[in-house]
Amino acid sequence: MEKNTHFLVGIFGDQDDLLHGVEDIRKKGVKIHEVFTPFPVHGLEHALGYERSWTPKAGFMFGFLGTCLAITLQVGTMVIDWPMIIGGKPYLSIPDFVPVTFELTVLLASYGMTLTFLFVRGYLPHTVPRIFDIRSTDDKHVMAIDLANNSLSEEQIRSILKDAHSEEVYRRDFTEEENNPSFIKYVIDLFTNGVTRSSRIAHHR
Amino acid sequence: MKAESYDIDERFVFSDGAKKSVFTILGIGLVFFVIGIISLAFGGGEHTEHALAFAGGEGGGEHAAHGHGHAYSWTSRLKVNLWINNIFFLGLTIIGVFFFAIQYAAHVGWSAGIKRVPEAFGSFLPYITVLMLVVFGLSYHEIFHWTDESLYDKTSPNYDEIIAGKKPFLNMPFYVGRMIVFLVGWFLFYRAMRKQSLLEDIEGGTKRFWKIKTLATLFIIFFAITSSVSAWDWILSIDTHWFSTMFGWYVFASWHVSGLAAISLALVFLKEAGYLKFMNESHFHDINKMVFGFSIFWTYIWLGQFLLIYYANIPEETIYFMERLESDYYSKFIFFNLFINFFFPFLAFMTRDAKRKMTIIKIVCSAVLIGHWFDFYLMITPGTLKENGGFGFLEIGLAMMYLAIFIYVVANTLSKAPLIAKNHPMLQESLHHNI
Repeated sequence: MEKNTHFLVGIFGDQDDLLHGVEDIRKKGVKIHEVFTPFPVHGLEHALGYERSWTPKAGFMFGFLGTCLAITLQVGTMVIDWPMIIGGKPYLSIPDFVPVTFELTVLLASYGMTLTFLFVRGYLPHTVPRIFDIRSTDDKHVMAIDLANNSLSEEQIRSILKDAHSEEVYRRDFTEEENNPSFIKYVIDLFTNGVTRSSRIAHHR
Repeated sequence: MKAESYDIDERFVFSDGAKKSVFTILGIGLVFFVIGIISLAFGGGEHTEHALAFAGGEGGGEHAAHGHGHAYSWTSRLKVNLWINNIFFLGLTIIGVFFFAIQYAAHVGWSAGIKRVPEAFGSFLPYITVLMLVVFGLSYHEIFHWTDESLYDKTSPNYDEIIAGKKPFLNMPFYVGRMIVFLVGWFLFYRAMRKQSLLEDIEGGTKRFWKIKTLATLFIIFFAITSSVSAWDWILSIDTHWFSTMFGWYVFASWHVSGLAAISLALVFLKEAGYLKFMNESHFHDINKMVFGFSIFWTYIWLGQFLLIYYANIPEETIYFMERLESDYYSKFIFFNLFINFFFPFLAFMTRDAKRKMTIIKIVCSAVLIGHWFDFYLMITPGTLKENGGFGFLEIGLAMMYLAIFIYVVANTLSKAPLIAKNHPMLQESLHHNI
């Protein structure tokens, strides 16, 4: 079976059902592709077994880069290239350099970390969002299970989901077009039909 | 470090073992203190070789010209140290109350289970109030230059126009009056909140919560003004000619971060002694986040004050930093101060895991406490002892004695009430805290 195409979608109404459900489902050997929730659910990332994100490390590196750039900029311009006496201070007056260094550190750390996150997750400007069930922005928790990733059969996973108090389970197959969506089409669709109708995937029941 | 099953009615027992440790600190402190006194009294002082480096500067010149020089004997050093420790431990005490008040004013849930700890800090207030007044009464002449009567006398050669101009604010009755109003006001607020908090344990319901909230809000307003003015009074007025509009914030920042570090350390020791079993990593993460954040806040204020004076380069302002940076003795403390209060906690506490590990918390919070003691040392000593300041057995011993008394009083109060405020309306949020 092709990966990233054939999914089983489970709908959960209650966050406690979802949290315990995720634990049960994972215990029974089902690999969960992703869970979409309308609001942050405490402890869900632990239940799903997610590793700690490495983006803070990227943030630190970008911040450090910002510090180095700021010092290079100021020392290069104010000390080496065009030394100027300002306020009777020496050319290399460290306290004067602190505000600029601080600002550049913060700027690069925040932008660098955000952009790293967007880039790594594939949230680029031309990305068409893949929506499993539009109700995940309303009042339902939506769990997606990639059938190609699991050795269990569809029927077995269905019954496991039912046992975990899933309100509704249905199969969701993405067409060739949906898997390789055209960004232009998506935008045109967005403008002509609005958000709920875009990419023709809303309310798949 | 995971949450374990807990007893909601648990009480802290100030065991004989713990008392013994406190008395050991007190004993070692006393021995150090006596050694320090003896070596200073008979050895003639450690730093008498320092000449007045600022004979031409404002500080030295003023003294030389006015013939106002003190004999910098060991008694002056002792009195100055008493004052440093008074200010520092008063800070820990009042920040305990302030932290407690903030929790109520902001409807904080996670700290509901641990609120007895900062609450107990406040019980040191009556003791420190007495200490403040007694030490001030004994040593105002050595510490506060402006208390010299001849400075205001136009016929006297000591007449100082600038200081005389500050007389409406810096005069004995008003000053002592302010001191009493601040200290007693803080104590009354503390006592009222403590009373309501203990009643809540018995009665339950939300009535007491709202009462404490009202008191806490009023206290925060009162503290916002009084903490600033007390910083001008008790520390800024030592360098009478000098002024800084950021000084109130600077002292508050220093107090706040050391108070938070003390609360964090107290929680770690309680947890390790087997109390507060509901506490998990998230609680420690939250409190140490604030230690991390407020060390940066302190640095921001420190640098803000320094940078403005450095940019403007006005002699009457720069004198404060000249006395410290250009001095052979104090200059190393400035850099030590910046390192231990900013770079060390900043780098050591930066990662998420560091704020959750007991060992790292203990190291960093102790460093912050020691560092901010030196911050107050650096605020008070150069203005009072000039170049005759020193750091030795006397300083270490006296600080240890204060610490022992502080721990004894706080632990004693902690043992008098249940450790968990079981009827706090937001207790469940604290017991199941998870971030």
